[in-house]
Amino acid sequence: MLTFNDKGIYCSQASVYIDPWMPVEKAIVTHAHADHARPGSKHYLCHRDSANLLKLRLGSQTSIQSLEYGEEINLNGVKVSLHPAGHIIGSAQIRLSYKGQIWVVSGDYKLKADGISIPFEPIKCHHFITESTFGLPIYRFPELDEFNKDILHWIDENRHNNINSILVGYTLGKAQRIIETVGISGLPIYAHGAIANVQQLLIDDGHPLRSVERASLDMKKLAAPYIVIMPPSALHSPWMKKFAPYEVAYCSGWMQLRGARRRRNVNRGFILSDHADWSELNLAVTATEAENIYVTHGYKSIYAKWLREHYHLNAIEVDTLYEDDLLLQEDSDNAIQ
Amino acid sequence: MQFNELFEAIDRTTSTKAKVEALVRYFRSAQDEDLLWSIYLLMGKSSGRFIKTAVLRQAAISLSRLPSWLFEECYHVVGDLAETLSLCLPPPLHTSSFTLTETMAFLNHLKTLSADESEIAISAKWMETPTDQRFLFNKLITGNFRMGVSKQLVIKALAAAHKKSENEIAHRLMGNWHPSDIGLQQLLLAEIPREERSFEPYPFYLAYQLDKEPEALGEVNEWFIERKYDGIRGQIIVRNKRLYIWSRGEDLLTDKFPEFHLLADLLPNGTVIDGEILPYSEGRVLPFAIMQTRIGRKQLSKKILSEAPLVMICYDLLEYNGEDIRDFPMKQRRRLLEELLQALPANVPLLISKTLVCETWTDVAKAREEARQYQCEGVMLKRKQSTYGTGRRKGSWWKWKIDPYTIDGVLIYGQRGHGRRANLYTDYTFAVWDGDELVPFAKAYSGLSDKEILEVDTWIKRHTVDKFGPVRSVTPTLVFELAFEGISASPRHKSGIALRFPRIARWRRDKAAKEANTKADLLDLLNTR
Ligand SMILES: [Zn+2]
Ligand SMILES: [Zn+2]
Repeated sequence: MLTFNDKGIYCSQASVYIDPWMPVEKAIVTHAHADHARPGSKHYLCHRDSANLLKLRLGSQTSIQSLEYGEEINLNGVKVSLHPAGHIIGSAQIRLSYKGQIWVVSGDYKLKADGISIPFEPIKCHHFITESTFGLPIYRFPELDEFNKDILHWIDENRHNNINSILVGYTLGKAQRIIETVGISGLPIYAHGAIANVQQLLIDDGHPLRSVERASLDMKKLAAPYIVIMPPSALHSPWMKKFAPYEVAYCSGWMQLRGARRRRNVNRGFILSDHADWSELNLAVTATEAENIYVTHGYKSIYAKWLREHYHLNAIEVDTLYEDDLLLQEDSDNAIQ
Repeated sequence: MQFNELFEAIDRTTSTKAKVEALVRYFRSAQDEDLLWSIYLLMGKSSGRFIKTAVLRQAAISLSRLPSWLFEECYHVVGDLAETLSLCLPPPLHTSSFTLTETMAFLNHLKTLSADESEIAISAKWMETPTDQRFLFNKLITGNFRMGVSKQLVIKALAAAHKKSENEIAHRLMGNWHPSDIGLQQLLLAEIPREERSFEPYPFYLAYQLDKEPEALGEVNEWFIERKYDGIRGQIIVRNKRLYIWSRGEDLLTDKFPEFHLLADLLPNGTVIDGEILPYSEGRVLPFAIMQTRIGRKQLSKKILSEAPLVMICYDLLEYNGEDIRDFPMKQRRRLLEELLQALPANVPLLISKTLVCETWTDVAKAREEARQYQCEGVMLKRKQSTYGTGRRKGSWWKWKIDPYTIDGVLIYGQRGHGRRANLYTDYTFAVWDGDELVPFAKAYSGLSDKEILEVDTWIKRHTVDKFGPVRSVTPTLVFELAFEGISASPRHKSGIALRFPRIARWRRDKAAKEANTKADLLDLLNTR
């Protein structure tokens, strides 16, 4: 029912693409990250919580139809519904069912609760398209409690030394999670403009998030210690200087590897991911009971081989243009500013 | 403070000051035995592995229940065995804490065990080592422990913690010593009688890369101008009728250089010469690669010795008639060195590093341009009035290297990188034209910006001709300018040449594949060198 072509994942029966990377007539979008929600298509379909984010990214004139989780529509006989993916606010798995065959496109997902997005919901299907960003056994992410404890301890140390704490994380997803956690410290929080915009949009959309100050005022007048949240694109930029004295920590799943932290040239890394780690991927894939697995962005060939050997599934790797690589992701942060 | 806490403290800061403070805190609080071991490790003296890596891999694979191919893929991504092991192991069953001395005793015990026994022992140890301490532990087992602090910093911190001069600490920590044979008193604290230190070299004084116009150094006649040779920096020591040869890495290499052994009888007692050891024959310096093949060997056959005859190009004298003359001005040290060498018979493999006659800085620049004719990398500038310093003190010695060679090559293979870049094709192989054929001549990993890397990666993925393992061959289209420091003939390479330090200088978007350089161009470089 679904095929992969040079524009994206295509359903010919419903004449619709899922997360196309080229402009098409009708696009279903799993979530509002730049590598999945690309500009130029005529009509978009997404979850209700993604609609305004999509408008922020693609322009307010964009034609968007939105659905609730579990709400079903019929596209030329194909029943289409969206289900929580637990990746970021508004992220959805796309379920398509036609003549008894069920396909699920996961988009990006994670199983661990983040306290903000609706948790991942496993869906039984015949064909499952999974991401594999962290599809290696070396990736084993801590629970939220542990992240909270470590980061608050670090902020406390900095506070003790009268030093500001700068936390780096992607604008959409990580930043909201970081803000919820560091808010516990009681210190004032200032956010980079891009993050402040998204935060305000989400609050206006009715999400119960902490509000933050925009970091555009004259920061030199403020007394340390305080907290600054900024996207990776601002790291090592002159903009940072006005927060001195500070310590910087980078929040990402890649921080599991020492080399990744060294290359970012930051002292501290906290492991914080909006993607599934190794055991979450295995749990999610097996929970679908699907026989046919298509592995997209990440360690796709390795993960597909593991699924074939270990679970005896028909797993193949699929070339897509989704890359949650830091480099591209930084561009997406710029796009939202 | 425990050793793993020191490791964490240093790992989490890039501030030199904070690193030294952490070291001082540790050096003041650690038990004597732990302190000895920590110095031994921090000075990079840990020797060899305690267990075969095959055994380590096997133990980790069985504990983690991963197929071995998947473990190897993980290793490829992480790029470090100790880290891969720590990330793949299951969580510990119960945790205990060990002092550094206990850990080192365990590791030394491992050496005495059979492969099967050591697999059992290491598995048990892993399962009681806390997750956040496994990386350090694995670094110690695999014998490539490094802590992100230079020897200079360790010396500085020890000097501060024990109220000694940095020079003395540096002096005392050189050479062969082992924590199990020496006490802290003897190593660091007690006064050492002079006659027991005859084997010890002086800390090497290092030169900085010239980072300004040479005119900024003042009058040219205040400087010695010498060639910058590309060999092994070493000290030749003769004291008490015995010869010691140290490399800058503070390895005692006396046995590797039998051609110098006659010096024990020829040089006066109490002589220390600083210079560059390199292959040399019939009045010419030979390519560095010739010596490299020799250094790795355990046995030196007659054939190897005759193929790679070594000399030392001497440029400084640190000890003269048993007296430390490092505080003499360079001019005076050099005169004594010249006198010393002139008094030796002709067959002695010691040559003076000639000073070049330069009346203006333009002459110096000219000498630098000519360096390659002499197998040299540029020129050295040394202030005539300077004393012989310790480590890398800026100001008195500068190296002024020549600009690298460049050649335009065509990208023909891409290979996946390591770590976070394991999804990206970041390691490239380049070729030059030989008629209609492309001959690979260089591999390069560095030189592109992150944006360019991403762009090249996408291009490689879309223009793949063939895949084999982590390597893809691509349609020959993209041209890159490669820079490198040296070129030498090499029958082992298909192109017939080997490059030294190749890297990407820039992406030649303006050039089509056909416009890249040819094998003949490379051979020209080789011949006009
Ligand atoms: Zn995403
Ligand atoms: Zn994605």
